[in-house]
Amino acid sequence: MRAPVSPDPANGLAPDSAVLADLATEWKSAYVHVPFCRRRCPYCDFAIVDESAGGALDHGQYVEALLSEIAMESRFGPLDAVNFGGGTPSRLAPRYLVAVIEALGERFGMKDGAEMSLEVNPEDWSDEYGAALVAAGFTRISIGAQSFDSIVLEALGRLHDVGLIEAAISGARSVGIRSVGIDLIFGHPGETDESWERTIDRAMDVGVDHISTYSLTVEPGTELSRQVHSGAPAPDDDVQADRYQRFEEVSRDGGFVRYEISNHAKPGHVCRYNLATWAHGEYVAFGIGAHDHRWGLRGRNHRRPDRYLEAIAAGKRPRVGIENLTAPEQERDQLMVGLRLTAGAPLTPTAQRFVSSAAGERLIRAGILEVVEERVRVLKPMLTDTVAREALSVSLNDC
Amino acid sequence: MDQSRIRNFSIIAHIDHGKSTLADRLLERTGAIAERDMRDQLLDDMDLERERGITIKANAVRIDYDAKNGERYELNLIDTPGHVDFSYEVSRSLEACEGALLIVDAAQGVEAQTLANAHLAIESGLEIIPIVNKIDLPAADPDRAARELANILGGSTDEVVRISAKSGSGIDDLLEIIVDRLPTPIGDPDAPLRALVFDSYYDTYRGVVALIRVVDGSLTEGDRIRLMASGQDLDASEVGVRRPAIERTGRLVAGEVGYLITGVKDIDLIRVGDTVTQAGNAASEPLEGYAEPKSMVFSGLFPTDGDDFERLREALDKLRLNDSSLRYTAETSRALGFGFRVGFLGLLHMDIVRERLEREYDLDLVATAPSVEYRAILLDGSEQIVQSPQDLPSPGALVTIEEPYMKVMIITPSEYIGAVMELVQTKRGEMGEMNYLSPERVELHYLMPLAEIVFDFFDTLKSRTRGYASLDYEPDEYRPADLVRVDILLNAVSVDAFSTIVHKDRAYNYGKAMVHKLRELIPRQQFDVPIQAAIGSRIIARETVKAKRKDVTAKCYGGDITRKRKLLERQKEGKKRMKMVGSVEVPQEAFIAALKIDQD
Ligand SMILES: Nc1nc2c(ncn2[C@@H]2O[C@H](COP(=O)(O)OP(=O)(O)OP(=O)(O)O)[C@@H](O)[C@H]2O)c(=O)[nH]1
Ligand code: SF4
Ligand SMILES: [Mg+2]
Repeated sequence: MRAPVSPDPANGLAPDSAVLADLATEWKSAYVHVPFCRRRCPYCDFAIVDESAGGALDHGQYVEALLSEIAMESRFGPLDAVNFGGGTPSRLAPRYLVAVIEALGERFGMKDGAEMSLEVNPEDWSDEYGAALVAAGFTRISIGAQSFDSIVLEALGRLHDVGLIEAAISGARSVGIRSVGIDLIFGHPGETDESWERTIDRAMDVGVDHISTYSLTVEPGTELSRQVHSGAPAPDDDVQADRYQRFEEVSRDGGFVRYEISNHAKPGHVCRYNLATWAHGEYVAFGIGAHDHRWGLRGRNHRRPDRYLEAIAAGKRPRVGIENLTAPEQERDQLMVGLRLTAGAPLTPTAQRFVSSAAGERLIRAGILEVVEERVRVLKPMLTDTVAREALSVSLNDC
Repeated sequence: MDQSRIRNFSIIAHIDHGKSTLADRLLERTGAIAERDMRDQLLDDMDLERERGITIKANAVRIDYDAKNGERYELNLIDTPGHVDFSYEVSRSLEACEGALLIVDAAQGVEAQTLANAHLAIESGLEIIPIVNKIDLPAADPDRAARELANILGGSTDEVVRISAKSGSGIDDLLEIIVDRLPTPIGDPDAPLRALVFDSYYDTYRGVVALIRVVDGSLTEGDRIRLMASGQDLDASEVGVRRPAIERTGRLVAGEVGYLITGVKDIDLIRVGDTVTQAGNAASEPLEGYAEPKSMVFSGLFPTDGDDFERLREALDKLRLNDSSLRYTAETSRALGFGFRVGFLGLLHMDIVRERLEREYDLDLVATAPSVEYRAILLDGSEQIVQSPQDLPSPGALVTIEEPYMKVMIITPSEYIGAVMELVQTKRGEMGEMNYLSPERVELHYLMPLAEIVFDFFDTLKSRTRGYASLDYEPDEYRPADLVRVDILLNAVSVDAFSTIVHKDRAYNYGKAMVHKLRELIPRQQFDVPIQAAIGSRIIARETVKAKRKDVTAKCYGGDITRKRKLLERQKEGKKRMKMVGSVEVPQEAFIAALKIDQD
């Protein structure tokens, strides 16, 4: 059980502030992957266990494995943020969530006022569940709303309707979750400008503190990809750029501040786990397909549940690979991910080499990149990969 | 060996009719190759030959044959390429022989290169053994093929030998027929040495290896020799034969085919077509040499990375050691920087050279659209050779432009005559003779601009005739034509590497198609890129590549930074294959876009 959130100076900073981004580089987080989904959505390529497909993994067994894995992790923390991602974390019963949180607290310690968040699918919500989350110490939920248009929800293959989203939001408010957010997906070929407009308006009105907007992408191996290959319309880049821009305009007026390409928060409601990831903070991670980042190492876990469980049963970390980054490589990663932040990335020697390279200068002239107050910032977030690609080709060492 | 027991012959045919496979069987039956070393098309020893399944370079081998009459014969066979680009290899090989095995695929019948190669052999005065191959094929019609062969050679079908190079049937008889029918060499063994250099290749350790046919006299290791055309005196440091592995024999006598090594590393000192004689006892007259192979198409080759220019030069120098038909001169393009204008025998040759440069020398190249060689007649009466459209003088300085015409031969089943005629007309072809090879197959002759042939003519011909027509061509005269240069502007700047010379009537359509194709090929950039086609200062077509608006994964990927980085790096690698032209990134294939547009 956690004490009520104490006032935190970070909460007073604007979501896109450089000071906050700098603070976030020092934050320590933990990520817990909960792979369970009622069924796989047609566009999704995440590491999940599709519970409609049979042969499902037992929740209790998986949580046991998580606890073992947490026990194997080296000293780290104390934690500023814990995030349960998925999959669908709200598939887990509160007692399992509590067990994991306790294990994390014991192993790493929690900072006062640490952020504790999870993703919730609307169809899993009930006010009792919400109350249990608050009791377990959760300070933030992110509701997988995706759209406020039932036609789009259908096209996305989601299991909920608009009513369930609204019930989850108001329920979350009533049980006292500190930050309530929603995820939206835009740019499905079945979505029209008007439909997106309605979704944005609704998102502004329902009273949430945080909105993540993701453009629909066609990932190889997904049902969507098969459909597109057999002739179904594919998402269109220009349409997505328009929709993105439209959201930017309306959400700004609605009091949201974009602090990362896809993430918008009301002041005081930045998702710390999120910000820390892009600010090149360190995180431990547990569960199938999870990725961690600490001490210059980037590790990844098995995506397949059987492999994961086998390794845990054998008393081993369920690793498929570890990348050991040199200091210059870390600096380059920091630049690559930092470009996604509105506050940009700090002007490290690597970043300096990049902005003064021919490619960097070209981007600055084109009004895509700027250097202000010792930070490098992308001015057109929809072109971030163009910039990141160039940043990656800057040599790692001074000549 | 006594000349009466030597037989020298080339194997000639249309592409894929089975020359190299027949060579396999001859090597096998005579025991030249142990069974365990045998593999299909053994003489196609270059990687590219094996990958593409075609012969690119002629290959000469000596085999010993124990004939039914109890005598041992020395057979020198040369397997030749069938593709029209390499027909000069065929003519060179024929000069080293007294006979030719002319093969026809029993299912295909006589095709264009069958006829072209048969004519070459007849002109060289060779004895021809007509052979119908692939009689094992279910679709084989050996009688028809034999009739067609007898028809073009003016003999009887009884003389036509029927074999399957694949199964080996008929090969034993063929060996006897080779010994019986082919003439023996008739050089003078006691006269001063005269040997023809009919091919050469480069060996890293031995230097230039010249393949020679001794016509008169003899050549012994240690002899001081003279190359009659170049006047160069050298030492014959090694002499031998290829079986196909090199076998040092120390001596070659009149009538024989073998190799000669002098330790020389410079291929220009021992040119193909030159005559080898003794320095101390020189022959008075050289043998008839060869005309230099003529470059048919020219293309600019530029390293994507400007720093690779010197490496490209070295690579071309090395390639030329084994391919004396390769011609190149340094060229500068405003758009592409320093590179070379390279002359090729045809598009296949161009393709092969480019692939070898990229693969064997690890170069990343941009090739410009192929062009033929034009002649510009200037107002002051002088003539200027134009191998690159950007070199074309301004219209104000020109009286006229002349372009190369080809004698074209097309063989097609008679039901496609109409389709072929229609196609040729759109390509500015002029109808010549028409002969029936048989009631079903006809031989059509045309005069046509080479520029029309090098683009998509062959592919279109094949598709209009369901793959049945075959094509051969050889140079004819230059003719004046109404030609203009179409320039392409990217972002309002003319890109020299895109300029093309086309017939005036087609300039507008070409410009439109080219601009359209480029719009498809050039990826969206950070800003709008207008693409225009122009004749002089007149814009004839315009399209725009709109600025890129979305280039990001606006998706959460759960902290998997490694994967994201790798993805970006892969995409970056893809971009490396782009060339910066001014501020525009242009993919390499855009420079040969002209090849891929439908000009009609
Ligand atoms: N069925 C059958 N196939 C054959 C026969 N002879 C050759 N082939 C096949 O025909 C194809 C071409 O054979 P090659 O020997 O490479 O022909 P080529 O004339 O040397 O070809 P180029 O050198 O490229 O002009 C190969 O797939 C051979 O296996 C034969 O007698 N019967
Ligand atoms: S609910 Fe989320 S994680 Fe699960 S399948 Fe759908 S998109 Fe993927
Ligand atoms: Mg061959």
